[in-house]
Amino acid sequence: MQTIDMATTPLRELNSALQAQAETTNQTQWVIENPKGAHAVAVGLDAPIEVTVKGSTGYYCAGMNKQATVHVTGSAGPGVAENMMSGTVIIDGDASQYAGATGHGGLLVIKGNASSRCGISMKGIDIVVHGNIGHMSAFMAQSGNLVVCGNAGDALGDSLYEARLFVRGSVKSLGSDCIEKEMRPEHIEILKDLLERAGSDAKPEEFKRYGSARTLYNFHVDHASAY
Amino acid sequence: MPHFDDLLFLGASMSRYPLEGYREKCDTSVTLGTRFAKKPIELKIPVTIAGMSFGALSGPAKEALGRGATMAGTSTTTGDGGMTNEERGHSEKLVYQYLPSRYGMNPDDLRRADAIEIVVGQGAKPGGGGMLLGQKITERVAGMRNLPVGIDQRSACRHPDWTGPDDLEIKILEIREITNWEKPIYIKVGGARPYYDTALAVKAGADVVVLDGMQGGTAATQDVFIEHVGQPTLACIRPAVKALQDLGMHRKVQLVVSGGIRTGADVAKALALGADAVAIGTAALVALGENDPKWAAEYTKLGTTADAYDDWHEGKDPAGITTQDPELMKRLDPVEAARKLRNYLAVLTLECQTIARACGKSHVHNLEPEDLCALTIEAAAMAGVPLAGTTWIPGQGGF
Repeated sequence: MQTIDMATTPLRELNSALQAQAETTNQTQWVIENPKGAHAVAVGLDAPIEVTVKGSTGYYCAGMNKQATVHVTGSAGPGVAENMMSGTVIIDGDASQYAGATGHGGLLVIKGNASSRCGISMKGIDIVVHGNIGHMSAFMAQSGNLVVCGNAGDALGDSLYEARLFVRGSVKSLGSDCIEKEMRPEHIEILKDLLERAGSDAKPEEFKRYGSARTLYNFHVDHASAY
Repeated sequence: MPHFDDLLFLGASMSRYPLEGYREKCDTSVTLGTRFAKKPIELKIPVTIAGMSFGALSGPAKEALGRGATMAGTSTTTGDGGMTNEERGHSEKLVYQYLPSRYGMNPDDLRRADAIEIVVGQGAKPGGGGMLLGQKITERVAGMRNLPVGIDQRSACRHPDWTGPDDLEIKILEIREITNWEKPIYIKVGGARPYYDTALAVKAGADVVVLDGMQGGTAATQDVFIEHVGQPTLACIRPAVKALQDLGMHRKVQLVVSGGIRTGADVAKALALGADAVAIGTAALVALGENDPKWAAEYTKLGTTADAYDDWHEGKDPAGITTQDPELMKRLDPVEAARKLRNYLAVLTLECQTIARACGKSHVHNLEPEDLCALTIEAAAMAGVPLAGTTWIPGQGGF
């Protein structure tokens, strides 16, 4: 177990040490103490290591993560796991705006609530939020799955592409071109797997699925009022 | 529209001492990214290739830009849609654009870039995103952007995970942390409010500010945007330079100007007004072979002519440059096109040196506003140089 105390270790030194780990490293367990809301903690990792951040982080924790598992025991600031490529990021508390923005892969689990624009422009990432999500979540979401065990705010899935959205609770409003869709057996299977991996005991059958109506995929003046 | 043609160099005379053309040295080298980056970019000439996407441009065109820029000792830039292996492989110095869409964005490409350009705005459409029409969204283009084939692909106008310069400062910290503080970070802004945009870019931590005036080209927005939003390049440069000077950062944060650069005289004028380098986009495409008269009959079929074709959004480019049509793309030989681009860049540089020598400058960066006068009141006001034959700089008092 490697322990790095951010009270005494500069950010550059911390990230350098984590980024230096190779695919075959035997230093697989890392603990970061005293993050105290620092920005860009554990960014750009690319090794199968497990990093536990004891406390809360600022902007962009675990940004562009590959392979690593990053576990934040507190809450995370804006843009947690932004543009994640693979691996797993777990937030025990809440997440601020843009959680999982533009993520290409991997799994982001938020055990509390996520603020607005969760999963904005997501490109393949899977996001499971145990609580609620804020407005304009999954805006222009391209692919991947966003699972919300609580409620969703205004304009969910506005201008959505091919991402799948699953919400157990209420949806305050749907954004342009986002509609409720049939929950087929394959969706139940996807949901079951994601809930299990995210440590949620919610039942897949309790969710509704939302997706793109695909009416805005090619510009047409008849749809101008939708924008 | 007021442009560089409305400015003239005064040249040397009794009070100024010229350098001998072709004989006395006139340096053209530029270093970009000296503020924070561990590895600044060294260019042999003050002309770079602006960002244009694979998707908007064909693969052979992107390859040719990389080859030509490399031969000339300068950099080229990716664009919306990500970095292709061909482009990286043929570009000795490649600037990787970090755009609101984040299409194709990944940490590996960030690390194999030579610099990173965060695009906040574009001169052709400050405040606007982009629309790449479905006919250009082939399987490969769609795959790089994680989107379905054939849809009209929308590029967002705002970044998804930051708002404002305070956030951007933190975003830049993240990018620097991911890339070991090696890469110069550029911030590209459209010609909207150049004084404040430049000042805020410096505040956010930019190594380089790229300022794109409204003459900058695009194949991905509406005519009403292109023609009615943003300030002319000529009007943008002095306010941006003043912002740098006010902050004590002129020449420490480098300024790259783009939008309508066509000739070596344009290059020299931009540098004289305070830029460190310029970037060319449309002009580089013309150098590759865009609007080549040999395709005149085909341009006519498209309802245009071989000197006026700019329907790049349609994907029907006879020259094989702004298309994803496999048959049209075959027409562009990237090696030959690169040679033409190299020649063009060499001419731009030589012309710029010619003017600089005539003004007595041993480095093109020694050109200065004092070397210029303006032919029109508008140009004099915008460029902050005297109207020809007077000492009057409109907007600065006196007559």
